[in-house]
Amino acid sequence: MRDFDLVRPASVAEAAAAFAASGDAAYLAGGHTLIPAMKARLRAPETLVDLSRLPGLTGVTRDGDRLWVGALTTHAAVAEDATVEAAIPGLSALALLIGDPQVRAKGTLGGVIANNDPAADYPAACLALDATIVTDRAEYGAGDFFQGMFATALSDGEIVTRVGFRVPTASAYAKFRHPASRYAVAAVYVARFTDGVRVAVTGAGPGAFRWTEAEAALTASFDAGAVAGLTLEDGDLSSDIHCSAEYRAHLCGVMLAQAVEGSING
Amino acid sequence: MTGLTINGIAHSADVPSATLLVEYLRDHLGLTGTHIGCETSQCGACNVLIDGVPVKACTALVATLDGAAVTTVEGLAAGETLHPMQAAFREHHALQCGFCTPGMVIAGIGIAQRHGADVTPGVIAHELEGNLCRCTGYINIVAAIAAGAKAMHDA
Ligand SMILES: Cc1cc2nc3c(=O)[nH]c(=O)nc-3n(C[C@H](O)[C@H](O)[C@H](O)COP(=O)(O)OP(=O)(O)OC[C@H]3O[C@@H](n4cnc5c(N)ncnc54)[C@H](O)[C@@H]3O)c2cc1C
Ligand code: FES
Ligand code: FES
Repeated sequence: MRDFDLVRPASVAEAAAAFAASGDAAYLAGGHTLIPAMKARLRAPETLVDLSRLPGLTGVTRDGDRLWVGALTTHAAVAEDATVEAAIPGLSALALLIGDPQVRAKGTLGGVIANNDPAADYPAACLALDATIVTDRAEYGAGDFFQGMFATALSDGEIVTRVGFRVPTASAYAKFRHPASRYAVAAVYVARFTDGVRVAVTGAGPGAFRWTEAEAALTASFDAGAVAGLTLEDGDLSSDIHCSAEYRAHLCGVMLAQAVEGSING
Repeated sequence: MTGLTINGIAHSADVPSATLLVEYLRDHLGLTGTHIGCETSQCGACNVLIDGVPVKACTALVATLDGAAVTTVEGLAAGETLHPMQAAFREHHALQCGFCTPGMVIAGIGIAQRHGADVTPGVIAHELEGNLCRCTGYINIVAAIAAGAKAMHDA
């Protein structure tokens, strides 16, 4: 790994200023994507701006129909949080399925969504739970924020500060985990609201996306029978050394049925 | 200069910014009980406790650990008396070559802290997903962590 200048700012504004002052900076949160990338020399920033000790960016609060989670909140903290469990148990379950305990102790919500790995879990929750993503300079709906593989609406140096998930009446996440990496081979988040159902898929394509046919069918009738036989077009899905697009298309149907069952019984 | 405590001893680490905690422990301090299995954040051989929580030392930068308290496998025993989790690994023959063992013991301590004395084998197996062992088949490791968790809470 190449050496870098480490900056440890005391506020979000200081962090953004340090980023802007450097010609080639990266933010460091939990480091569980960035440090491996630096080791592999895929990234070699001259300046590392450490967000991990910034005040006010961790923790969970419920405000009406929104559950707000600070960007620096670790996966372990989300999984253990009683407010999350009470409001959106599907989100607690999702956090507990990320990586392993040591990854969950360090990795953060903001790091996952800023990175937008096509097999990451939180992007599916953000889309299905109609999340608002707040940064130091703007606010985005999840549908505008995620822009395909490793791409987001964030501009250079923009810092995610918190994410507001809309609290559903019921929801569940079903994930087929890659047995070695634990990332999603295919996973589906189903969220039921009084005004309709939202369904999001991750792992299967070049980025998380909403499954609108499943949403329409489940809004009409919320049971596994309503989506039995529904499949995605495999032309839009990923094919790699793990499995073919056709296999992923099938898996999405299986995960959808599991997530619907989970939201009914969960 | 980064001030941190390792196994109860205060250190001032004067190392290049890219230094990983595992490199500092092994190459600078000679604490070679913390192993490097993959160095790609997968195997858990490098697990240490940072402020009491198991973390992969190959995925932590020393320069960000100002004020942290690190415990490695060398810091677990009290003199000649093994930590209850170490004793349970010995009792249950939870190792063959021993390469994964320091990381397993540290992960086991975390599991015991999170789930208490009566943690089930199923929970232990799920929580060991970040630890790879190429020898044992995990059966005895799971049994040792169950016993170690009980012993830690009885202690
Ligand atoms: C073994 C292993 C297994 C894993 N399994 C899974 C899994 O199953 N599912 C899953 O979803 N993820 C998984 N991950 C990834 C993990 O969740 C990472 O922690 C996460 O992708 C990045 O979060 P971080 O806090 O570690 O970010 P970092 O690595 O610190 O940063 C990642 C990127 O985001 C940027 N960034 C970080 N925070 C912010 C912010 N607040 N604002 C703007 N930019 C920011 C950084 O500059 C960097 O480019 C796994 C990782 C490992 C090592
Ligand atoms: S050496 Fe750190 S996880 Fe394998
Ligand atoms: S005992 Fe040999 S790797 Fe686990």
